[in-house]
Amino acid sequence: MTPSAVLGDPHISGLSGPIVHDEVVPARAPWLHHIAAGQTLRIVDLEGNQAVDFLLYSAADDAERYSAQDTVSAQQNLFLRAGSVLRSNEGNPMMTIVGTSVEYHDTIGGACSCESNTLRYGHHTKSQHACVENFLEANLTDGRGKRDIVSNINFFMNVPVEADGALGIVDGISAPGLTVDLRAEMDIIVVVSNCPQINNPCNAFNPTPVRMIVTA
Amino acid sequence: MTTALADPLAARDHARAMAGTVVEAMPLLPPVADDLRACVSTEDLLWEETIAAGGYATRRLPRGSRLRLIDLQGDACASMLIFNAEMPTERLNVADTVKIQWNAYLGTGKLLLSDMGRVLASILEDDAGTHDAFCGTSNAATNQAKYGEGRNSGAYPNGRDRLLLGAAKHGLQRRDVHPCVNLFKGVRIEADGAITPQIGPYDAGRTMILRAEMDLIVVLANCPHVLDPREEWTVTPLRVSAWRGAITPADDPIRNETPEGLRAFLNVEDYFRR
Repeated sequence: MTPSAVLGDPHISGLSGPIVHDEVVPARAPWLHHIAAGQTLRIVDLEGNQAVDFLLYSAADDAERYSAQDTVSAQQNLFLRAGSVLRSNEGNPMMTIVGTSVEYHDTIGGACSCESNTLRYGHHTKSQHACVENFLEANLTDGRGKRDIVSNINFFMNVPVEADGALGIVDGISAPGLTVDLRAEMDIIVVVSNCPQINNPCNAFNPTPVRMIVTA
Repeated sequence: MTTALADPLAARDHARAMAGTVVEAMPLLPPVADDLRACVSTEDLLWEETIAAGGYATRRLPRGSRLRLIDLQGDACASMLIFNAEMPTERLNVADTVKIQWNAYLGTGKLLLSDMGRVLASILEDDAGTHDAFCGTSNAATNQAKYGEGRNSGAYPNGRDRLLLGAAKHGLQRRDVHPCVNLFKGVRIEADGAITPQIGPYDAGRTMILRAEMDLIVVLANCPHVLDPREEWTVTPLRVSAWRGAITPADDPIRNETPEGLRAFLNVEDYFRR
């Protein structure tokens, strides 16, 4: 029985169509999934304030991929909100945020890596698991590698920019059960790292599972 | 076509007669510059080139070398990619650059960081102050929408296609053209995340000097900023100079300015421990 079959499932209200895939991604794990144009992906922040590091590739041509810079310049705003169009490095719409119960999401903070952790926290964190490790692991199963890892989205993560330019990952604005719904505008490959970071507030210092529901 | 060029030797003479032509945007070989500081020897000059409006240029630069960019007429936009020349899978990471330095804006003393926890380049001097690590550059679609044209072969080339050509000269591919920084054109970020472009035009002659902290491939495109509000495709030439310089010493103030930056230098020094 899929989780959605359970009566009283609180995470499926308002879904746009029948569920074709429903999976819980464990804490700290990667996830790769093909989604067809027109399908919708709902990501559920099951326990609250869990950063979901997120990349997209065109299924037809994976050198076309999510571009944070094209996305923010097209909307002239750094934050991803309901209505934001996630654009490719060639300017094409890949997904649209058709709804979210979190005010905004980040796409400037990038992904944690073993190497960047040595800068941010010290060399004692080099051996800790990190999002780039997940991105690599997932992409390597599909013919992509390090060159394919670009600036990503961090759903459920909060990176404000102050007037003087001060910028940082701060306490989240998500909560248990909050969601983001994304409609695919082309056939895409979604690559996720369910962020394992334990040195900043992006996961409330406690990485937790997230749920992925795809509807037709 | 004139019949005088019907044979190869006539065509050769015609081609050779072009030698010595001087235009605004071109490289000077060997490099020569009459405005180097006294501390810079002419023999150390590596590169002297003016990049056309809409043009691009690319160069390998050795560790320690200085890269000077001059916005000659106040309306250049230098979109820049940087790779580790020895291992180009390591490249500029704009997200790490702003996140690790806890600040959104580039300027004097800031570092351009790679995706491997190392510093690719330091900004030694900057009298411009308007730069952009967020917006990236134009592409064929944005130029088509804005100017009705955006191809390399047309009059209004776009930044991405220029960066692609520059990267391709080093054997790199579409998947290697990652987010870039824009120098001389800037943005301010408002509290609600809104991006306010700072496009100028500015005073002529604004200058930046970068220091290569590793052996680098630098790719520069000089196309209008993607959020340039002007209806006309507008950009002016960008002058580039580079010269050999000392590798950053242990007591360098930029190296030691922040704990995060110091660890980025320690990672570079570890990489070159061989």
